[in-house]
Amino acid sequence: MTRVLDVENLRVSFPDTGKNRVYPVDGVSLSLDRGETLALVGESGCGKSLTSLALLRLVPSPGRIEEGSAIRLGGTDVLALQGEALRKIRGRRIGMIFQDPMTSLNPVFTVGNQIAEGVRAHFDVSKSEAWQRALKLLEEVGIPDPAARLDSYPHQLSGGMRQRVMIAIALSAEPEILVADEPTTALDVTVQAQILEVLDRLRDSHGMAVLLITHDLGIVAGRADRVAVMYAGQIVEEAPTDRLFARPSHPYTQGLFASVPRITGPVGRLSPIGGSVPPPGAWPGGCRFRPRCPQAFEKSETMPPLLPVETDHRMRCWLAENGADASD
Amino acid sequence: MTLLQVRDLVKHYQAGRFFRGTTPPIRAVQGVSFDVETGETLALVGESGCGKSSVGRTVLRLQEPTAGSAVFEGSDLFSLDRTALRRMRRRMQIIFQDPYSSLNPRMTIGSAIAEGIEIHRLAKGKEVGRRVGALLEEVGLDPGYAGRYPHEFSGGQRQRIGIARALAVEPRFIVCDEPVSALDVSVQAQVLNLLADLQRERGLSYLFIAHDLAVVRQIARRVAVMYLGKIVEEGETEALLRQPRHPYTVALLSAVPEPDPRRQRSRIVLTGDLPSPSNPPPGCPFHPRCFHPRRDRRCRSEIPALRPVGATRAACHYAETTPSPETA
Repeated sequence: MTRVLDVENLRVSFPDTGKNRVYPVDGVSLSLDRGETLALVGESGCGKSLTSLALLRLVPSPGRIEEGSAIRLGGTDVLALQGEALRKIRGRRIGMIFQDPMTSLNPVFTVGNQIAEGVRAHFDVSKSEAWQRALKLLEEVGIPDPAARLDSYPHQLSGGMRQRVMIAIALSAEPEILVADEPTTALDVTVQAQILEVLDRLRDSHGMAVLLITHDLGIVAGRADRVAVMYAGQIVEEAPTDRLFARPSHPYTQGLFASVPRITGPVGRLSPIGGSVPPPGAWPGGCRFRPRCPQAFEKSETMPPLLPVETDHRMRCWLAENGADASD
Repeated sequence: MTLLQVRDLVKHYQAGRFFRGTTPPIRAVQGVSFDVETGETLALVGESGCGKSSVGRTVLRLQEPTAGSAVFEGSDLFSLDRTALRRMRRRMQIIFQDPYSSLNPRMTIGSAIAEGIEIHRLAKGKEVGRRVGALLEEVGLDPGYAGRYPHEFSGGQRQRIGIARALAVEPRFIVCDEPVSALDVSVQAQVLNLLADLQRERGLSYLFIAHDLAVVRQIARRVAVMYLGKIVEEGETEALLRQPRHPYTVALLSAVPEPDPRRQRSRIVLTGDLPSPSNPPPGCPFHPRCFHPRRDRRCRSEIPALRPVGATRAACHYAETTPSPETA
């Protein structure tokens, strides 16, 4: 497998109201191979979106990426890039799609214009060649009557169609990696199914690596190769998808699974995790899940590292040391 | 016992004066009938634009109906004058998807909850504060929070405040309009459990408006599926999920992402988007997107009636032979 992305010990900080800094992303390490899908799963405020923005050095001011973090894209040290060199990886090597396509599209330009603009920003082609590519891209993302749609403005399209246009724009630069940040969260379920199908198909035909950022364990199953679960700025569990679903081991991951209403199987009372995610700056010492954890014990007062549960399966919980996951 | 009986409800939205005559009305609700029994939950499920929220709002007369009737505890809601309507509102409340936008940011949550108690003169003086405290406790919040402002709370807590505010006037019936859609999974489970507890303890009836069938299964014994302003299928939730008879229900069910890699059902991915409610297709509203092998000319011309088929009632000419989610 060709490694396309390596992130090591990524820390992103923001100033809090006083003189201190808070770390909404605090020591995240992850990697992506060519053609692989990694799902980064977590609830609001866990740091998953900020992690993906950091990959493109798009952390909003006054946030910053801390010393000691490393992001390597193939042989490129992303954190050392400046100006033009940095601009050349954005979109071109790492493409990105977001939850809300309406705010990412320019309302005063046609769809065709915006896709062709992307093509010409990355490749030295003529306007008519760019337009031809735009047409082909719209076809590829499954937009009916693509030739007519090139002349449409974003407001004339439905939410699902706009997201397809965003995917077409991201693909226009033929990136090695596609970061999809909650790509279907704003869409209806039947439209979500359409968009996920498009993403799966394009990943396979283009051999892209996909970093799928989501809060929905349902769209991870059967789609991602590996899963990393985030809580309070850290990865708390990571494993190949089948293993994580067969044996969710971190008490937080188990809590997430117990919270999801199911469409099949017995219906019973849900067992939610108590409390809510504390904001950065209010994280407790030791294990950050400790105050909400039904299985916390003395050792939880010390921060656990990622410990092995089984082959390729690790969790940030001392219970792993007993050779047992939390469910035993 | 039937608490609310809605018959042939119609709601059209007319364009403002300037555009009147140039644009056709939006036919949001086109003849919807249902009953809500005392102490039970009826779920209205469907995707954006299907008219489910319009039904909820029109029944409470937050919007005036275009036609139809709604009888609540023996009185005809659509013929009440202002005073009678205000008195009736004590019995019927609503909670919204986004509790933040329904709370006044400059009002403490204590005063927001007290407002209804005072308007309906349910208590005076110190008794008001005591009731507010008891309500906060009932929805799982610290009574000491009464003096705080909405921005000091998380999304889940705000939804609890919204629930406390609805409960303050001791209603019999609550329209829950997507109450958990904006919440993280762990918090969503807490709120679903809370709604179930309150229903049991207070004998409440809910009209639960949602787009997520898994959430519906968790909370509602009966469900009505809406598409383009019409109920296309209704029945006991378990029966409807076990063997959906309307092709749209089949597609909706198959689009629900299941968090289990071993149980990835074959997906029916619908083509196209929801047609415009201002220009609905003739005949069966679902026919342009339908995948039923028997669909034919009749579907394009004749509106199918809601009729008993197997264990549910479905509005499809060929409901007897609708493919199941597994075989479609």
